[in-house]
Amino acid sequence: MQVPAPFDYARASSVDEAIALLERLGPEARLVAGGHSLLPMMKLRLATPEHLIDINPLESELNYIREEGGLVRIGALTRHRDVLASEVLARHYPIVREAEELIADPPVRNRGTVGGALCQADPSEDLSAVFAALGAVTVIRGSGGERVVTMEDFHEGPYETAVGDAEMLVEVRVPIREHGGSAYEKVKRRTGDWATAASGVALWLDGANVGAAGIALSAVNPTGIRSTRAEQALIGRPPSEEAFAEAAALAAEDCNPATDQRGPADYKRHLAQELTHRALRRAAERALAS
Amino acid sequence: MAGTTERPTGFGRLKRKEDPRFIRGQGHYVDDVTLPGMLHGAVLRSPLAHARITSIDTSAAQQHPKVRAVITGKDLEAQGLAWMPTLSADTQAVLATDKVRFQGQEVAFVIADDEYAARDALELIDVDYEPLPVVVDPRTALDAGAPVIRDDKDGKSDNHIFDWEAGSEEECDRVFEDADVTLVTQEIPFQRVHPAPLETCGAVADYDAVTGKLRLWCTTQAPHAHRTLYALVAGLPEHKIQVIAPDIGGGFGNKVPIYPGYVCAIVGSIVTGKPVKWMEDRTENLTSTGFARDYLMRGRIAADRDGKIRALRVDVLADHGAFNATAQPSKYPAGFFHIFTGSYDLEAAYCTVKGVYTNKAPGGVAYRCSFRVTEAAYLVERMVDLLADELEIDPVELRMKNFIKKEQFPYTTRTGWVYDSGDYAATMNEALRIAGYDELRKEQAEKRARGEYMGIGCSFFTETVGAGPKKDMDIAGLGMADGAELRVHPTGKAVLRISVKTQGQGHETTFAQIVAEELGIPPEDVEVVHGDTDQTPFGLGTYGSRSTPVSGAATAMVSRKIRDKARLIASAALEVSPDDLEWERGRWFVKGDPEKGQTIQEAAFAAHGTLTLPEGVEGHLDAEAVYDPPNLTYPCGAYICVVDVDPGTGEVKIRRFIAVDDCGVRINPMIVEGQVHGGLAEGVGIALMQHIAFDDQGNCLSGSFMDYLVPSSMEVPDWELGETVTPSPHHPIGAKGVGESSNVGSPPAVVNAVVDALEPFGVRHVDMPVTPARVWEAIQHGTTRPPQ
Repeated sequence: MQVPAPFDYARASSVDEAIALLERLGPEARLVAGGHSLLPMMKLRLATPEHLIDINPLESELNYIREEGGLVRIGALTRHRDVLASEVLARHYPIVREAEELIADPPVRNRGTVGGALCQADPSEDLSAVFAALGAVTVIRGSGGERVVTMEDFHEGPYETAVGDAEMLVEVRVPIREHGGSAYEKVKRRTGDWATAASGVALWLDGANVGAAGIALSAVNPTGIRSTRAEQALIGRPPSEEAFAEAAALAAEDCNPATDQRGPADYKRHLAQELTHRALRRAAERALAS
Repeated sequence: MAGTTERPTGFGRLKRKEDPRFIRGQGHYVDDVTLPGMLHGAVLRSPLAHARITSIDTSAAQQHPKVRAVITGKDLEAQGLAWMPTLSADTQAVLATDKVRFQGQEVAFVIADDEYAARDALELIDVDYEPLPVVVDPRTALDAGAPVIRDDKDGKSDNHIFDWEAGSEEECDRVFEDADVTLVTQEIPFQRVHPAPLETCGAVADYDAVTGKLRLWCTTQAPHAHRTLYALVAGLPEHKIQVIAPDIGGGFGNKVPIYPGYVCAIVGSIVTGKPVKWMEDRTENLTSTGFARDYLMRGRIAADRDGKIRALRVDVLADHGAFNATAQPSKYPAGFFHIFTGSYDLEAAYCTVKGVYTNKAPGGVAYRCSFRVTEAAYLVERMVDLLADELEIDPVELRMKNFIKKEQFPYTTRTGWVYDSGDYAATMNEALRIAGYDELRKEQAEKRARGEYMGIGCSFFTETVGAGPKKDMDIAGLGMADGAELRVHPTGKAVLRISVKTQGQGHETTFAQIVAEELGIPPEDVEVVHGDTDQTPFGLGTYGSRSTPVSGAATAMVSRKIRDKARLIASAALEVSPDDLEWERGRWFVKGDPEKGQTIQEAAFAAHGTLTLPEGVEGHLDAEAVYDPPNLTYPCGAYICVVDVDPGTGEVKIRRFIAVDDCGVRINPMIVEGQVHGGLAEGVGIALMQHIAFDDQGNCLSGSFMDYLVPSSMEVPDWELGETVTPSPHHPIGAKGVGESSNVGSPPAVVNAVVDALEPFGVRHVDMPVTPARVWEAIQHGTTRPPQ
């Protein structure tokens, strides 16, 4: 049996209490929600927090998907399962369900949360790329109040986010925009595995041309998930194979994958191009049909 | 699939007796054993692959309030227990004394009140290591100046373990000289994999200082062999050792060896006077216990232009890790690898195998495999496909042309095996029929024209199982014969005691069905006792698909002894001569007067009752048998795999998999099919995703199921099974054993299918595991990696 090192455990009954506990217990305290990344790391003793603050009691405060004021607001404690099942998200952003269907497996999706996925900031994690492509922002709360941070600024690097020691992510806000289409493409070695490479794409049409685009990759960059040059290559042009190929090539050029057991860097770079191209094709079809 | 509503009284489809307890979570595994006062052990392992131990300081751990004892190699050395023999005439460190030789090697053992404290205390032990250069690549293990791993062995100045050969090099050379076509393969590795049973290894040791009795609950596939080895190594009297293998959550060869943790638990119980439990975790299982395969193979094949294969030659470099801990008959250091001639009638064959040490975990065990048969089958089935490609002959046609013919059995191979029986063409034809082979080839041609990449792969394997004849085979000096005891109680209910041990194979059902078939009593009236050395006769255990071929035969023989004895009892009861009695299922009756007879149940009561028995017939209805197999059995199978490859991502989707197995007589076809399903899933895992990998410092990169991938239902197709039945002529019920066949036969079918799909890119070989990255690389490099 793998057993964690000793730790103290507290249950928070409100977001304010969780933040107060974080302030009091200091940087060796960690929030636990679904626990599907943190607990395995603790059992392997790769993570040895001194305090765990359980935020699962905050379901009523932080588990929601609401459409209001031109936004979809997703509470940080919303489970993957709820994101996958959400008709609101599926209607506005097909990319979300496509990505969720490829995240881990049902037991993980039943417990794992949006906030946990984003805050763990694993470089192969999917939702960071999804929300970055959609131009979402995050809401981070501390004892001094809330601040809003874009996905690009939120995701600072592998396992690094903009959330401070005594802060917590409470919400993700995704703008609703007309004439859009989105798609997610991922290659993994088997069901439940992390991505070897993945590409999330969103396009919004302005008349016959692409008015805005979001392209974000997973598992091929230690830092920075959005591919700005690739996005720019599409804007102002009609969606076409030629434009997709150009953008996909730029996405591949700008990524910086590492060789590991999932494959060599040149394969992953190729996937960045191939998957971005495929996702662009499908996103454009959806945008044109919207 | 036939229904199961009709309950067979002997052979036939029958739900397993074991199912209710497993389905309800009521199994009783080693980790479920809890004894009063039991303590918990944990192993400190080496972080380095090769290093000299300069000091070990356990004082802080000793002071942990819940720690009862800390044992190091020095402590064991004082008892002569720092080293133990492996099952291959090598030695293995129980706890390291001088050096560590692989990452994950056992260095110290902590015993504490609970498992948490034991693991916490591991972090309090301070070990000073002086790092040494490592040997990771077996190709460099014999280089001049390579670090000597086993300097513990007197006079050892290199990393060589053994050289072994079979067949005739001279004959092979002669055929190669005058053959029309000869083909030399590139190095074809069968990568290091791990059996990865879902239950990891562990033990509970309970030594009673008053009675001197040691009870050991242990995850072992071979409880009797383990008992004898403990007696030989530890000097404990054998009658005072009881090894109990309770429910076992999968073994696949991983639970044949004795591991240092078992020995530490035993020593810990002796030292503390309390029962000690040790259960390894997943990482420990994957990184320190018996791996499998790890053969680097080069093949040569000689053939006529028209496709008649004439000779095969193979040269192998075998990586055994830091200790040669293979479990196999001692006469064969490379197991049964010389069955590499497969299912083909050849003029000549020759193989060499060179074993070397590296700084990796010790092994390799026969993972659902009869001692290296899997490596052999993979190589020959790849070589035949390469030859088919070279000669531009359909791979199925080439196989058909070269099969040993039905009338050639018993067939003696060029490397000395005597195949018992088979009808390979019939088995192959059945697979082609189920697959619709010709239509598949048409579909493939159409798809290729559209730029879609579909592949069809075939493999035909011959297995050699049921080890084995005592004259040829032993494990650590113990002959590979197995006993069975059958006791029929007065009311006709029976208890069968067997030496083999199920790890999921369904022995409690299959063996009851053998008795039922022989005696004509319902299988539910037969209780099967196994896994406890105090309660069962001696035998070597369950691995190498040997349970049915050896213990199944012993069970049939002991049942027949009961039947013969019942005849004598019936003759007394019916007052006729035994010669006047005739057997029908479940009953002896008087020839010419079928109404007059006695059932087995009636005979059992009479045997225990007041009937005056004939002279020389003892009371009761009990018997014993020991079966020494006259030969191995040779199951075979034809497998066809259909894949679709996405050339843009390299992803391989297995669309169909057809498996026709001929394992002789099927005792319980449901169990056979379940075995085939499991082995096929493992084979797909091996072919597509599994590799115990190391970096250049000997760090294991595959220490969890995040990195060592096990296929799920999403990665495997609905299996399409078929059968042919060619009974084994020398086995009492004609059964051949089936447990491993599908793991042996499936990897080459999958790889052949992928290579077939990639043919338009000029790809002729892709190494396992055939990951998306490998497929993409093969497409990119096209013909740059052809056979040399």
